[in-house]
Amino acid sequence: MASQSSPRAPRRVAVLGGNRIPFARSNGPYAKASNQDMLTATVDGLVARFGLAGERLGEVVAGAVLKHSRDFNLTRETVLGTRLDPATPAYDVQQACGTGLEAAVLVANKIALGQVDAGVAGGVDSASDAPIAVSEGLRQTLLAVNRARSAGERAKALTGLRPGHLVPAIPENVEPRTGLSMGEHMALTAAQWGITREAQDELAAASHRHLAAAYERGFFDDLVTPYLGVSRDTNLRADSTVEKLSTLKPVFGKGDGATMTAGNSTPLTDGASAVLLASEEWAAEHRLTPLAWFVDAETAAVDYVHGDEGLLMAPAYAVPRLLARNGLSLQDFDFYEIHEAFAATVLTTLKAWEDPDFCRERLGLDAPLGSIDRGRLNVNGSSLAAGHPFAATGGRIVASLAKQLKEAGGGRGLISICAAGGQGVVAILEA
Amino acid sequence: MTDLFTTIVSSPVARRVGVPQPTRLRRYEPGMPLCEGPVLVAGGGRFADGIAAWLGGEGVAAVSTLPDSGDKVGAVVLDLSAATDPAELDQLRLLGAPAVKALRRNGRVVVIGTDPATLTDVAEVTTQRALEGAVRSIGKELRSGATANLVLAQGDARDGVRSAVEFFLSGRSAYVDGQVVRVDESTSVDVDALRPLDGKVAVVTGAARGIGAEIARVLARDGATVVAVDVPSAGDALAKVANEVRGTALQLDVTADDAGSRIVEHATTRHGGLDVVVHNAGITRDKLFVNMDDDRWRSVMEVNLRSVLRMNDAILGEGGLADGGRIVCVASIAGIAGNRGQTNYGASKAGVIGLVTALSRQVAGRGITVNAVAPGFIETEMTARIPFATREIGRRMNSLQQGGHPKDVAETIAWFAQPGSAAVTGQVVRVCGQSLLGA
Repeated sequence: MASQSSPRAPRRVAVLGGNRIPFARSNGPYAKASNQDMLTATVDGLVARFGLAGERLGEVVAGAVLKHSRDFNLTRETVLGTRLDPATPAYDVQQACGTGLEAAVLVANKIALGQVDAGVAGGVDSASDAPIAVSEGLRQTLLAVNRARSAGERAKALTGLRPGHLVPAIPENVEPRTGLSMGEHMALTAAQWGITREAQDELAAASHRHLAAAYERGFFDDLVTPYLGVSRDTNLRADSTVEKLSTLKPVFGKGDGATMTAGNSTPLTDGASAVLLASEEWAAEHRLTPLAWFVDAETAAVDYVHGDEGLLMAPAYAVPRLLARNGLSLQDFDFYEIHEAFAATVLTTLKAWEDPDFCRERLGLDAPLGSIDRGRLNVNGSSLAAGHPFAATGGRIVASLAKQLKEAGGGRGLISICAAGGQGVVAILEA
Repeated sequence: MTDLFTTIVSSPVARRVGVPQPTRLRRYEPGMPLCEGPVLVAGGGRFADGIAAWLGGEGVAAVSTLPDSGDKVGAVVLDLSAATDPAELDQLRLLGAPAVKALRRNGRVVVIGTDPATLTDVAEVTTQRALEGAVRSIGKELRSGATANLVLAQGDARDGVRSAVEFFLSGRSAYVDGQVVRVDESTSVDVDALRPLDGKVAVVTGAARGIGAEIARVLARDGATVVAVDVPSAGDALAKVANEVRGTALQLDVTADDAGSRIVEHATTRHGGLDVVVHNAGITRDKLFVNMDDDRWRSVMEVNLRSVLRMNDAILGEGGLADGGRIVCVASIAGIAGNRGQTNYGASKAGVIGLVTALSRQVAGRGITVNAVAPGFIETEMTARIPFATREIGRRMNSLQQGGHPKDVAETIAWFAQPGSAAVTGQVVRVCGQSLLGA
């Protein structure tokens, strides 16, 4: 009788590197580039950097938040257009702004379990080349016409058409269950937590300053590949200051208490990113040196519809669970990458972790997680400066943090990404 | 890259009215015979027998006299290395003239001499030095894509002579004409003729486009693993080249202080070694000398010359280029002849020639060779932007009456890189179709 095979021990997962195209503000230089175009260029850049032409990888996992219905197999179609071996499988994931990091978690888990040896995790989004759908009324009418069996029935079905049906449905940055935009949601949370305009502008200015400095010292030389004539993120304002940012008018929130401006909120952005993950053995066989290890990840969700939690507060819940599982405190990190959906998101999250009541009542902790050394936060800039092509942000952060850890000669980094639908994906990297 | 003018002057009408038509050059493709038709090997020098035997082994008929049938020959190899008196130069005429007359389209004249620098007797030096003038003149007389080149042997340079003769006979040297190459007594081992660079790791700077991209392709075709290097802002084009040749892309500015060490680190950690470095990256910033500004002068010097010096320090350091390695620089005929508006560029490229001369001696003990190509008018995106009249003159003012291709430059570099070219060092080979400039 055959003996039952015993489960294998999980393997360490290496982050070998990444690639992204420069992020560009929407309706700018990438206005006519499709998600597939951008993701293909990004994966091909990764292939070139790591000499993977003709290589069959375990899988490529990626996704887009704003997605055309024709792109039902976006990632697989992308792989077929790259220099990777066409025998490389691929699938799409979609978890709003958490897509890129969730893709990395999925690939990492398969590597850890020995199901694949190497894979690419990525994400892409175009806010310019956005899908536009017909209105629900027109769609129902057209479906009725399609079901009709005779000319008479078809004519009858068409009588259901109303002028208002001809207005197309354009995707909006709005939560379906509340009708509020993400910015409006964040403004509520920011007001609730008393996040000041000054603090937000300071965070935004630091993001631009850090990103510009990272470009200057060549940090992105092996993380970014130019695309369509763009070689730096177009949203980056190296000369941004708190003074300049303070002159902008608020765009989210109401009345005198409104603090959120176009300067301390991320703009709609086009772009793509990808990271290469692998087992230690695969890395060694391919003579590639790991930048960092993908240690663990956690996803949380909050009830922002019926409960009284903010839309973008899920990472505040995910992080303590991840820390507890790994026996770590919030202060045990050398670098923190907290995605700057809005400056207020980062500040609220940090404030919540410092708040004894929140930590006790919401997180069920005896003591607050405490504060972090702000000098370790988003040290190479984040989404306020780089921009935020929704699904591409996770890949940008994983690759940049891994390289930062390698450059620092080792250490531990925390990634926190909030997502629409009240979700949050967080992860730990170590080098 | 065909413009309207080229279309017109190469039309059947233009041909009928007598506009000179450039011959389609026979360019190397893997598997192509070395030479089309028999090769006349004569002259009685110390290398002739070896060359004839080697040609036979390559499946090329070597004959010692012209065929009685009047059939044409693919090439003539005249070994006059033993000539010691000017009277013996008659042999060049007596053997060479009928052979040149019987030369096929894209034929080859290769003369072997003894390097005058290794001789002391005045008559001998005179005799051997005379060969150069004769060969260069033959080159200017040849038509139909034929070329004439001279190999000067230092001592018993059998392997070197063979390597150079092979290069000049083959389609690899399609646009190399009127050149003199010196070869020393270094020996080399036989390698797979179809993949002479198998197992070698080659770095090419400026590889994103033009000549650099073609160098990457040719080195990869010959078996090398290629590291394609270019500035980060050219990264998208670079990625395409790297993926096409199944190599790796390294985005890096060659003027960075650590460029050399980063190249070495990438090549050794990713590919396990470094065997060939091609310093191709280069820029032009033209301005008349009296109007030349600080930025134009310095940037050209920095990219074309000083970065090469700096990178070589790291490349030739501990754990860098392997013994028996190859460094190839890209000079220019502007570095030989000078060019109006290019004091900066001409200086940098002439400097490269000096670098090759000096460095080749310094590293000879490690079996490393250092050579340069000096391209003439090569059809690239860059030359396509030259004003029409200047471009046509540049294109036509050479013995082959046409511009060269990036591949022609790349093939010469690939020849320098071959293990079989161990005896070729300190050389500057012009890939210019025997341009009148700087001749």
